[in-house]
Amino acid sequence: MADNTPAGSTTDGAIQVGGPRQPIDARVSAPASFDVADFPVPHGREEEWRFTPLARLRGLHDGTAVADGAGVKVEVEAPEGVTVETVGRDDARLGRSGKPVDRVAAQAYSSFEKASVVSIPKDTVLSEPVRISVRGEGGVAFGHQVVEIGAFAEAVVVIDHTGDATLAANVEYLVGDGAKLTVVSVQDWDDTAVHAAQHTALVGRDASFKSVIVTFGGDLVRLHPRVVYGAPGGEAELYGLYFTDNGQHQEHRLFVDHDTPHCRSNVVYKGALQGKDAHAVWIGDVLIRAAAEGTDTYELNRNLVLTDGARVDSVPNLEIETGEIVGAGHASATGRFDDEQLFYLMARGIPEQEARRLVVRGFFAELVQQIGIPELEERLIAKIEAELEAAVA
Amino acid sequence: MATLEIHDLHVSVEAENGPREILKGVDLTVKQGETHAIMGPNGSGKSTLAYSLAGHPKYTITGGTVTLDGEDVLEMSVDERARAGVFLAMQYPVEVPGVSVSNFLRTSATAVRGEAPKLRTWVKEVKEAMARLQMDPAFAERNVNEGFSGGEKKRHEILQLELLKPKIAILDETDSGLDVDALRIVSEGVNRVRETGEVGTLLITHYTRILRYIKPDFVHVFANGRVVESGGAELADKLENEGYEAYVKGGVTA
Repeated sequence: MADNTPAGSTTDGAIQVGGPRQPIDARVSAPASFDVADFPVPHGREEEWRFTPLARLRGLHDGTAVADGAGVKVEVEAPEGVTVETVGRDDARLGRSGKPVDRVAAQAYSSFEKASVVSIPKDTVLSEPVRISVRGEGGVAFGHQVVEIGAFAEAVVVIDHTGDATLAANVEYLVGDGAKLTVVSVQDWDDTAVHAAQHTALVGRDASFKSVIVTFGGDLVRLHPRVVYGAPGGEAELYGLYFTDNGQHQEHRLFVDHDTPHCRSNVVYKGALQGKDAHAVWIGDVLIRAAAEGTDTYELNRNLVLTDGARVDSVPNLEIETGEIVGAGHASATGRFDDEQLFYLMARGIPEQEARRLVVRGFFAELVQQIGIPELEERLIAKIEAELEAAVA
Repeated sequence: MATLEIHDLHVSVEAENGPREILKGVDLTVKQGETHAIMGPNGSGKSTLAYSLAGHPKYTITGGTVTLDGEDVLEMSVDERARAGVFLAMQYPVEVPGVSVSNFLRTSATAVRGEAPKLRTWVKEVKEAMARLQMDPAFAERNVNEGFSGGEKKRHEILQLELLKPKIAILDETDSGLDVDALRIVSEGVNRVRETGEVGTLLITHYTRILRYIKPDFVHVFANGRVVESGGAELADKLENEGYEAYVKGGVTA
């Protein structure tokens, strides 16, 4: 697929091994901080902002966006045994996974009034998911969500974003030793919404964290899924799929910080783009620090460009500071819709639109099959079908 | 009785220095129940003929006509041709990741037959057709052509031929890359379809060995973009002994 990269797309990446250089996290214009004042207002040429149309952030980046009380309505539906609390800014559980890494995340941290904390006690195995509904109501909001799962507990958390809003948020996942947490975040916004968020997981000893990011909607969605490891033996699987239409900007900026020995990470993101000025950005940063011996990591991004006028920027970066690792790799490919596939299907009598849908569905199905949660698979396939019905026509 | 008529067909492709004519006036009539072998050296335009008949966008028709029972095939889109009864078994079938064989076959059969086949009879139909081609039932759950061996790809093409029951079947070098066992299995599949008497077959091949399994009614020698000699099965024996040399002398073989 890589040999028919559409004009204007970038798939430049880098693997750096050893030697003195700026680590990935230091390329950004300011060090991570909870305080928005520590970040200069971006002008758009900074490494972490160069792909983002700042004018469409509706002031989330320059302090002019102010919460108006009519931003989002958050509802949490949790099975028995799960504690759901609304807490103030001084709660000790906030900010434990790390600091905001850009000005918008810091703005969210500096501006939220109440945070929501969902706690799954240790040894609890949930048979039903925790469902968090974030319903946009047209205004501006700053949010903070913590999901804390105790040692050896197992849970699935589904976060649904719908409606219209201008939202900046931080979401923290605190994954206890030996726990298994799967989080599905669906950005099914109206086409007018603006959503910028940092999702940071702190993965405990021998714990498993699985993240599934599904972005279909929004005018501008910019997410930072991040993983840090608290102790050895942690495992993170980060899956994502996006379907970027006409005029949408969907940006996923991943960072996996291997600072702890014997941890694993696997990243697979796939996106389809269609229509004029559809713009998808995927940044995959993986840093293996000197202490992180025994690391095993792989990241993959694939993009399928369905029409002219869409643009993909896909930038995998892998930095390796120790040779004592199990494996490290990355791949990125952006291709046009494969006309030979289309011909093959049409030569079997399948009409063009249906053939296109079949190919796109197949492109995503590969990823959905890997996620390995049957109930979720069905839902995602249904979601993709709906998007395809609306889009590939 | 279905008849495919090709008259004075000219086809060109875009090359680096402008369009290049590959087919230079092909005349051929294939009737239901008949088997025509088209044989020729590499670069003679055999595959171009196959893909042009199926409607591949890479090829531009610059002259001539193709009709199926009087209907203008060249006016039809690729999928319309297939639904009208033209089937191309491809030399290099492409992978379609994430689309299972069973899903693909059913979608295709639904399109060609004009209605979704009844699930129960369909499952049985596919199972039996696969068994005849000695295909493992697990094959149905694999993604289309993904990781298939050469032999598996060709069996999968013939499986579609058996299920879609076209009026005209074009087999583009179906024998290439097959070992003797696979060649026999694939040929038996083609023969089962031929024996129905419902299909006209255009068997495109470079070698004569597949003709030991599939007996043609007519053999056409293809060279330099047109049919240069036609005859019965005995013409294949002549080619077996003498090769194509007599036909390419002074001609252009890219």
